[in-house]
Amino acid sequence: MTALLEARNIGKRFGGVRALQAVSLTIQRGEIYGLIGPNGAGKTTFFNVLTGLYPRDEGEVIFAGSPLPLGEPHRVAQAGIARTFQNIRLFANMSARENVMVGRHARSKVGVAGAVLRSRAQREEEAAISRRADELLAYVGINARAGDLAKNLSYGDQRRLEIARALATEPQLLALDEPAAGMNATETAALRGLIVRLRDDGFTVLLIEHDIKLVMGLCDRIAVLDYGQKIADDVPAAVQRNPKVIEAYLGTTA
Amino acid sequence: MVVPYKPYGQLALLVLCLPPYRIIRGVDIFLQQVANGLTLGSIYALVALGYTLVYGILGLINFAHGEVVMVGALTALAASKFLLAAALPPAVVFVLAFLLAAAVCMALGIVIERIAYRPLRNAPRLAPLITAIGVSIILQQLAMMLWGRSYHAMPQLLPEMAFALGGVQITVIQLVIIGVAGLTMAALLVLVNRTRLGRAMRATAESPSIAALMGVDANRIIVLAFLIGSALAALAGMLVASNYGIAHYNMGFMLGLKAFTAAVLGGIGNLAGAVVGGLLLGVIEALGAGYIGDLTGGVLGSQYQDVFAFFVLIGVLVLRPAGLLGERVAERA
Repeated sequence: MTALLEARNIGKRFGGVRALQAVSLTIQRGEIYGLIGPNGAGKTTFFNVLTGLYPRDEGEVIFAGSPLPLGEPHRVAQAGIARTFQNIRLFANMSARENVMVGRHARSKVGVAGAVLRSRAQREEEAAISRRADELLAYVGINARAGDLAKNLSYGDQRRLEIARALATEPQLLALDEPAAGMNATETAALRGLIVRLRDDGFTVLLIEHDIKLVMGLCDRIAVLDYGQKIADDVPAAVQRNPKVIEAYLGTTA
Repeated sequence: MVVPYKPYGQLALLVLCLPPYRIIRGVDIFLQQVANGLTLGSIYALVALGYTLVYGILGLINFAHGEVVMVGALTALAASKFLLAAALPPAVVFVLAFLLAAAVCMALGIVIERIAYRPLRNAPRLAPLITAIGVSIILQQLAMMLWGRSYHAMPQLLPEMAFALGGVQITVIQLVIIGVAGLTMAALLVLVNRTRLGRAMRATAESPSIAALMGVDANRIIVLAFLIGSALAALAGMLVASNYGIAHYNMGFMLGLKAFTAAVLGGIGNLAGAVVGGLLLGVIEALGAGYIGDLTGGVLGSQYQDVFAFFVLIGVLVLRPAGLLGERVAERA
């Protein structure tokens, strides 16, 4: 296996709070990498720095062999990282299909002139984008809802739509921020199947999750954050036995 | 018990009184005012689209937009004079003058966005509003220095013919205004609703940060909104100058305010709303100017035309702040 992503000493402060302190981790190509930690440990902050939403204060990320343009979300997307959100963030007033089509933006070529003149190339690309969007909706299992506005989909379908939209950017790394949050047992089982299929289809997955059972059963490797610092990074069985991790989650027994 | 005073009944009565009143005085005058109103309304709609495009994406009211219309009109006027002197045919001059005005306005739009708005992207909302007013004043003063305080005559580039359609006189310039504005607005709606670029614009309007994560360069989309708005402003400026035959440094102020009113009337942020609001405001004004004398027994004359737009603005803000095609207030990241 080769490293797909290497984060080196990522640091982020919010005023006096050090949300991330020298966090380094390496994600191998083709694995499911879990990132866990108590509430407020810095997991989502790490995601936001990685995907360019927050400027970082220190450190760098090497992605697929070159430095990632941190702080510029659209270039991070073009480099091949896509994400979903803990609190679903779809384009509520656009249809499911259109949401996915926006995701194709990073991989489309025809520019302003083509769009205005509706050139042949533009029309062909548009048709291809629409076809690809339908394929992706089918992949996550919501193709029947393609024409519905995103805000009218059920909660579970909205989560799936977010994944389809992320896939549309043709990511090498798919970052899922608590995808199982708010799901019932059946939905979680289906999600688990989807994540395994993503990995089998060649995507590398970075997973933030609170559902420890899901993470332990699914991930190849797990990093644990606590107060903005990485306290463990190992295979699931070893992380589960790590005293520092147990302490972070359950507190010290005095 | 206190019953809140709601003058809907009186308002309705006033509006209902108009049509029968007209039958007495002649239907053709009524239709003539509607035709004039649609002409004026097409221009309001073109300008209103510029306000609404930028508002939809940035949540910013670009109060300098009226001044861009003025620059468009005066540039088109100067270019027309110059090109006519070069003995080009008027129709060619018309097209070239528009292209030149559009180029100047688009450049101006980019500069305004870059200097006055981009540095304040994350500032409190009041800050860019103040700079917008500042830019507006600067542009007016610059135009006054460049073109002087006098009114300039716009050369007539289109044949001064009028058609009689069922008792209504419609001039060629009126037809051109309504036709060109209609086609332009249809093209814009297709661009926004049917193309990749339009999709990126709508996505950015809903959430700039999420659109960025999908690979959409928000700055490019914002610049594009200013470019399109400025080109429409140039078109509106040229058409309004052609319609009235004059242009001057101060013409953008009132036009801008009225187009803003039109955008609010239709529902700011909503493109179709800007078109509906513009046309409606134009017709309301034309009818108001036509009948204010009759309604007030000759006390007030058509010089009070401008009052109607602002009655409409106040009415909309009080009764239906979201506008006719009310755009939901987008949640922002």
